[in-house]
Amino acid sequence: MSERPFLVELESRGVSRREFVGFCGVMASVLALPRAYATTIARAVAKTEKPVLVWLEFQDCAGNTESFLRASRPTAAEVILDTLSVDYHETIMAAAGHQAEEALAKTLRERAGKYIAVVEGSIPTGENGAYCTVGGKSALQIAREVCGGAAATIAIGTCAAFGGIPAASPNPTGALGVADAVPGVKNLINLSACPANVENLTALIVYYLTFGNWPPVDRYRRPLFAYGKSIHDNCERRAHYDAGQYVEAWGDEGHRTGYCLYKMGCKGPVTFQNCPNVRWNGGTNWPIGCGHPCIGCAEPDFWDKMTPFYQHLSGIPGFQSATSIDRVGLWATAGVGAAFAAHGLVSLLRQAGREQPPSGTKKPPEGESAKGDRP
Amino acid sequence: MTHVVVDPVTRIEGHLRIEAEVDGGKVQDAWSSSTMFRGIELILKGRDPRDAWAFTQRICGVCTTVHAIASIRAVEDAIGASPPPNARLLRNLIIASQCVQDHVIHFYHLHALDWVDIVSALSADPAKTSALAQSISDWPLSSEKYFAAVRDRVKGFVERGQLGPFANAYWGHPAYKLPAEANLLAVAHYLEALDWQREFIQIHAVLGGKNPHLQSFLVGGMATPVDPDRQASLNAGSIAEMQGKIARARDFVEKVYIPDLLAIASFYKDWAAHGQGVGNYLVYGEYPEEDRPHARLFLPSGVIRGRDLSKVEPFDPAKITEQVTHSWYEYSGGDGQALHPFDGETKPRYTGPAPPYERLDTAGKYSWLKSPRYDGLPMEVGPLSRMLVAYASGHERVKGLVGAVLQKLGVGPEALFSTLGRVAARGIETQILAEKMGDWLTELAQNMGRRELRIHDNSKWEPSTWPAEATGAGFHEAPRGALGHWVHIKNGAIANYQCVVPSTWNAGPRDAKGNRGPYEQALLGTPVADPEKPVEILRTVHSFDPCMACGVHVVDAKRREIARVRAV
Repeated sequence: MSERPFLVELESRGVSRREFVGFCGVMASVLALPRAYATTIARAVAKTEKPVLVWLEFQDCAGNTESFLRASRPTAAEVILDTLSVDYHETIMAAAGHQAEEALAKTLRERAGKYIAVVEGSIPTGENGAYCTVGGKSALQIAREVCGGAAATIAIGTCAAFGGIPAASPNPTGALGVADAVPGVKNLINLSACPANVENLTALIVYYLTFGNWPPVDRYRRPLFAYGKSIHDNCERRAHYDAGQYVEAWGDEGHRTGYCLYKMGCKGPVTFQNCPNVRWNGGTNWPIGCGHPCIGCAEPDFWDKMTPFYQHLSGIPGFQSATSIDRVGLWATAGVGAAFAAHGLVSLLRQAGREQPPSGTKKPPEGESAKGDRP
Repeated sequence: MTHVVVDPVTRIEGHLRIEAEVDGGKVQDAWSSSTMFRGIELILKGRDPRDAWAFTQRICGVCTTVHAIASIRAVEDAIGASPPPNARLLRNLIIASQCVQDHVIHFYHLHALDWVDIVSALSADPAKTSALAQSISDWPLSSEKYFAAVRDRVKGFVERGQLGPFANAYWGHPAYKLPAEANLLAVAHYLEALDWQREFIQIHAVLGGKNPHLQSFLVGGMATPVDPDRQASLNAGSIAEMQGKIARARDFVEKVYIPDLLAIASFYKDWAAHGQGVGNYLVYGEYPEEDRPHARLFLPSGVIRGRDLSKVEPFDPAKITEQVTHSWYEYSGGDGQALHPFDGETKPRYTGPAPPYERLDTAGKYSWLKSPRYDGLPMEVGPLSRMLVAYASGHERVKGLVGAVLQKLGVGPEALFSTLGRVAARGIETQILAEKMGDWLTELAQNMGRRELRIHDNSKWEPSTWPAEATGAGFHEAPRGALGHWVHIKNGAIANYQCVVPSTWNAGPRDAKGNRGPYEQALLGTPVADPEKPVEILRTVHSFDPCMACGVHVVDAKRREIARVRAV
């Protein structure tokens, strides 16, 4: 098995060095790195040999897989993903049944401790794992085996990261995210959102190839480059919020003009994700851009804490008294406080990032809760 | 007799397991099992019905629009909301683009590798491939140089030894019949389709903010503002952008997908005699052309029994029931009951083997799917059912295209009731929808032009305007077939919610009378040359485009498991 250098590989696929360096520039901006890092990324990625990826699907909807197939900006992003060796992925692989099983076993054996595991979907613990089996084995058994032998694990989507919709109340199947289902899993990074944006997956993998470890994360083990600021802080409608201009009814003058969706239930103030900057589907649009409030899909337990979706948050200056204090209101008040605290930290980190290269530490930023380090 | 297990069935959405008994080179019996349960119907209880679409949407990220559409229709039916014309048009555009994209992905990325041998493509002559391509289509990417580059690219990939998702598959299997040139053509288009789908589905980002999981649905309408004069609304620029994408989609479907389908099918005509299935076809109908309940539909609803195309019965929702005799659920009134979805229950009760297991007890309960029945009968749903009902109802364009395809392949209408028929029907539907989308877009632009800007029925938004108790049903034709949601609302909250999904109709287990589900029935008689490599079983199962993860189990009749097709 020969593994050609990355740039030779790219050129054989019709991607010039110039295009590749351009791609690395875009990646540097997604990662919020100084522009000068483009050359560092290019150098690092170019010398890397084809890494192996094993993609597992459990209690999932394949939404993250579909997101992965939408990689569109820049063209080289697709090549980067294509240039990984995706040795196991049920939705796209040609082999089925025992032949698929053999392909996975071979990777686990020959690449032990070297491959990256990607987990999509939550892991049920009820009924001894019978709520999700693949090849007769429970998701729990598979996750422990595959993630246990991986160099690193990416929990993609809110289900794999935090349990997601199967774990929503009353959690009928005892569903858990990877951190809780696989105690002691090493080098775990959470890429939450429903689904996760493929641009962030690409950036994360490029980061890993470039610096040899994961980027700094928040208290939920999410990379700060994608989850470091709230939707609200980067929202294109923020000026309307500040000016007190709100959508009052679907299709009204304010809605058509692009006023703030806060009163319609927007969860942007308590949701940390880079949707407003990176947008979706090659930068075409994003949910608030098409007139619907953010539903907070990148946050843990959003199916319980952000619902009802169309009830506006309380606890935002100017709105405290507008809503009765209920389950949601109580949570939102606490959430907003945490959001502002985290925002302050993030600003500090971003300033630091401008002065020196990222440390690549997996240690949560000081002052953050220990949740990211849970077993 | 050999008992074969295929688990996981790959190139599908979700978790499916198939067990089959093979004797004399043919499938003698088969069992279909879904091996994953989340309980989303239970999670919905007590919640705001206006939120339900976002929850049900997460049932599937592949057909990422369908459960949102069925859900908002069910709640609107219950509370009496009337979406305005623009909402209907926006929804029709979203539904049709979902179907077009999904069908193309299914053909090239989920199903093609059952018919196309990638390794054989390496020995193709690019000049002959070019001649073949130019003989079936005037698609411009057809030069000798182009195909040589594709072949070399794949060759480089194979020679490097890291085959990734193409490792350990069925290459060289005797069931592959295409000449090397046709294999290379299909591989080139596999790659082109991967690019095309990404670009085309940006329509969903325009209309829904993002794909997967669009976020512009609302009970009572849509959240996408429409205004030709505003930057923050769907405006003339958005219309132009979508026009371009629809035009390119038509081009791709007419010049790549359909010619490839016909070329490949011409080498596999024997598959018009396999995979017949239950022979009953159920269609709820789709694409309302008017703004009122029971509106005229672009693709009609109807029921066909026993492959009799001379008669289309009207669809009656009261005839739908679900059974759990062979499903891991229990009914409070006894498992022998057949419950209408309004009275439906979802009480999981797993009685299967503790994992890890080798075999399911197919005499007892063996699947997380229930068994839906219409008037007591198993029904096939999906593109084939839709095209048959439209054809038998006299839909002009469907009749024309079905006739043209049958003539081109030199087969009669009876060939439609088969594995190959499903593949053909999916292609025909894709072309019809790609043609039709432009009409809805034009209508939307005309509405904008006369300043008809309504997108939502605000009169029923507040729960205080709803009756204290209400029930509603929402029907939809998803890419994979008839989808229904049933909701019971009490004091502004969901009291009960039931979904009967296309893959439940098609992949469900046997019912109380022992009648097989459509997958199980369609597998009977499927040839299997090598039980260790049952690519033929995948052909028939994939022809339904399964939307769950599953497995097929091949086991010896003497309880000696001789072949296992399963993966961890």
